[in-house]
Amino acid sequence: MAQSTAAPMPTIQTVTPLPLRTLAPWAVFFGVLMLVLLYFVGAEQGATAVLSGEGVHEWVHDSRHLLGFPCH
Amino acid sequence: MNSVTVRTLLVRGMLAGLGAGVLAFVFAYLVGEGPVNAAIAFEEANSHEHGGEELVSRSLQSTAGLATGLLVFGVAIGGIAALAFCFALGRIGRFGARATAALTALAGFLLLYLVPILKYPANPPAVGDPDTIGKRTLLFVLMIALSVLLGIATVLLGRRLAPAWGNWNASIAAGTAFVTMVAVAMAVLPSGDNTPKGFPATDLWEFRTASIGIQAVLWAAFGLLFGFLAERVLEPRPARSPASTVAA
Repeated sequence: MAQSTAAPMPTIQTVTPLPLRTLAPWAVFFGVLMLVLLYFVGAEQGATAVLSGEGVHEWVHDSRHLLGFPCH
Repeated sequence: MNSVTVRTLLVRGMLAGLGAGVLAFVFAYLVGEGPVNAAIAFEEANSHEHGGEELVSRSLQSTAGLATGLLVFGVAIGGIAALAFCFALGRIGRFGARATAALTALAGFLLLYLVPILKYPANPPAVGDPDTIGKRTLLFVLMIALSVLLGIATVLLGRRLAPAWGNWNASIAAGTAFVTMVAVAMAVLPSGDNTPKGFPATDLWEFRTASIGIQAVLWAAFGLLFGFLAERVLEPRPARSPASTVAA
């Protein structure tokens, strides 16, 4: 524990922005993936349907209502 | 600062969203299920076509189903908010990791939920004609998109005005512009009213306040959890206070 105080701390930390070129692929790929998740919670088998039947709609029924999505 | 940081932040955002989803589920189960059940009772007392077999029982819908929806929603908004955080960090002013996380969560709550539901509020079962579900979903998504775009425009406007007007006045001007534009959008978009005759106003109020509460719990928990997790990635600090190490 001798060197724990050795590193000088800068008094004002300016946060360096993350470069857009590293962020963009993550944002595009995972942004789309997250939107797909939102779609299945919020709208699948309601306004439109990818899967047939009512299973998804009925299963997330209460959360869809309570999160504010139009359910049926 | 590289893609490893983005990946770590994204994973932590989704984990924070999952934790927030758990808290939101507890709140929803305790506060939201009562109004939902009251609405279903109204629906069954007033409908002549209902009464077929249930695909998913009410006891499953109100527990496992509710939890599934809220946890998946939590993970999804956690991921999106983490990506927004990665962009906002160091670009919206002199805020550290925690403050940026809190502001991102606040923006998410306002732009993705609170502003859109002022025009198209959450509706319990029995409220809403099934024949108009497509139109209502489209309008709701449109309202969210408008709210997000106007929110981004507001931040840009505020940043543009700040050097000349100062932060305080620039924020007031940009905020006023946001409220005005949202009000115009709300006035232009068609009404979302479709409450059936005789639906108890108290049930509607309790359902909608429960919905606001769920989203408030979710976003607040996310902002605080993610701020804590993100700070440990971005600003790792050696333990400075000897008192805390003595206690351990």
